[in-house]
Amino acid sequence: MRKVYKLQDLDCANCAAKMEDAIRRIDGVQEASVSFMTQKLTITADDARFDEIMKDVVRACRRVEPDCLIQL
Amino acid sequence: MSRKQKKMLARILVAVVLFGAAVCIPAQGLVRFVLFLIPYGVIGWDVLWKALRNLMRGQMFDENFLMALATVGALCIGDYPESVFVMLFYQVGELFQSYAVGRSRQSIAALMDIRPDYANVERSGALEQVDPEEVAVGDVIVVKPGERIPLDGEILEGATTMNTSALTGESLPREAAAGEHVISGCVNLTGLIRVRVTKPYGESTVAKILDLVENSSAKKAKTENFITKFARYYTPTVVIGAVLLAALPPLALGQSFTLWLERALTFLVISCPCALVISVPLSFFGGIGGASKRGILVKGSNYLEALAQTNLVVFDKTGTLTRGSFEVTAIHPDKVPEETLLELAALAESYSDHPIAQSLRAACPKPLDASRVQQAEEVAGHGIRALVDGRSVCVGNGKLMDAAGAKWHECHRVGTVIHVGVDGGYAGHIVISDEVKPDAAEAIRLLKKEGVRRIVMLTGDRKEVGEAVASQLGIDEVYTQLLPADKVEKVEALLRDKRPNEKLAFVGDGINDAPVLSRADLGIAMGALGSDAAIEAADIVLMDDKPSKIAEAMRISQKTLRIVKQNIIFALGIKAIVLLLGALGVATMWEAVFADVGVSVIAILNAMRALRVKEDAQ
Repeated sequence: MRKVYKLQDLDCANCAAKMEDAIRRIDGVQEASVSFMTQKLTITADDARFDEIMKDVVRACRRVEPDCLIQL
Repeated sequence: MSRKQKKMLARILVAVVLFGAAVCIPAQGLVRFVLFLIPYGVIGWDVLWKALRNLMRGQMFDENFLMALATVGALCIGDYPESVFVMLFYQVGELFQSYAVGRSRQSIAALMDIRPDYANVERSGALEQVDPEEVAVGDVIVVKPGERIPLDGEILEGATTMNTSALTGESLPREAAAGEHVISGCVNLTGLIRVRVTKPYGESTVAKILDLVENSSAKKAKTENFITKFARYYTPTVVIGAVLLAALPPLALGQSFTLWLERALTFLVISCPCALVISVPLSFFGGIGGASKRGILVKGSNYLEALAQTNLVVFDKTGTLTRGSFEVTAIHPDKVPEETLLELAALAESYSDHPIAQSLRAACPKPLDASRVQQAEEVAGHGIRALVDGRSVCVGNGKLMDAAGAKWHECHRVGTVIHVGVDGGYAGHIVISDEVKPDAAEAIRLLKKEGVRRIVMLTGDRKEVGEAVASQLGIDEVYTQLLPADKVEKVEALLRDKRPNEKLAFVGDGINDAPVLSRADLGIAMGALGSDAAIEAADIVLMDDKPSKIAEAMRISQKTLRIVKQNIIFALGIKAIVLLLGALGVATMWEAVFADVGVSVIAILNAMRALRVKEDAQ
């Protein structure tokens, strides 16, 4: 399943790159892309575990860039 | 400016004044330290706070942490002005970055400002203004002059001209009358129209285009991925370099610890790869935005990058280089006047639904009176025989003429030749052919000028027709009489043939050629205005049906790539030089902060050029 989320207060391009890297490392994530320009996260992950994976994603993002919020 | 940015600006101004005061006041010792600590605190408290917080979470190479370390280090060794200045300049750079990115985001959003705000729906006789998403298929909406057409539909009543420039980049207005389809996103210019909605908002042209453009940055170019990867290694490498620089020379050579610490701190200031990480995606984003302004939709940065490397362009003929509609292109009468010949042929064919009959009828200026025709009969594979005004008329190929005993002759024009015989005598012939698009020859010339090495045309049409079109357009290579499956095979053969670094682009109209579009390195569909299939299948979509737009898209992509390269070389070059000079003790923190923030600002300004696209096709 592929979903797109808006990101709030994504202020630095390097953080976007670090977030993308962290999300890609999460188990079950097939593809992830954080666009600093459009302030969006595009993610493809296993259908069955999607909600669970998103929880990991949110946690990973909070660790990398606490200012940035994923609008679920 | 947003509120956050305004607050930052205020902080910067206050810090500048306090910093100036600290520089001017001739104080010594602790007083001097405190005088500089005040502006430092004003401008840098949030950086210090974030650094501390991120450090707790194990983020060693966080830019806030590195900046904090560099400036606190400078304070410790007594470089008060440097420390405050670096922090100040860093914040100015951050503010500028967020402002510039916000601005270009806005201007790209403005380019794509085709989202309709409301729709006027007719409900029980009265007009009601509602959100386009609430309108159902089959509802009737009213679009007044000056309003944007909110949903795709069919005109029930009224005629108007529409401005399609937001979608196609074309400034010439398009006319539409009752019974015709209108596309959401166009602006209604002159007349009031009533439209029956044929698609819900989610499936309308506007929604599809917006979705496509907004998601284009998810598909990243190779260069972007390279930069992200590079950034991951760059920061740790520079930081390790700084540690070694601070520790090794004093330990090994017994030199002053402060001297080498100062040099190590300049390293930390340059350790953020921001200039690259921000300017490369910004350039691609700008290029995609600029292209969409010209009616060229690019589905991802990777496709924009591939387009710049395209050296092989394969065209489909019908509907791409030619109009795809068959028209009467020549009337060669033998004895009768031109109009009479055309009228006789059209009348004889008036009961037929064959495409040839339709184009004959369409070419007649006057309405046809079908009651003048009697005993029309189709001679399978040959043509039609009928009585028109009591005279026996045959319309068809040479064999039909032979059967009727008419002495016919060949025509020098390429196309489908329709012979006409009247009462056993030959009256002349009419040529029907597919017309080449007016800018097709120009398109081929421009592509060659852009450095495309090989241009190939594929067609299912007959050999003579295909070769005639190719030579008319200046295409060197043409393959004819291909079935759709043959086209895929041909493209695969060409893909095997090309050199490793080259890309192959296939250009089609998106109808029946989806397999080929997806097989090529780059699928370009044209005439996509109102064609969902084309928008789905291709990587690059031309909203109007002008092949010359391909050369323009290529120019935009090459310009974008050029800007990206300039930025990479410039940013890396300056950083490398300053790192080297810093290690040697020539460059100080002042130069280092330029290599960090100054380079970012210049790279951003350069990246913003990608957004500007010249109107002029030349």
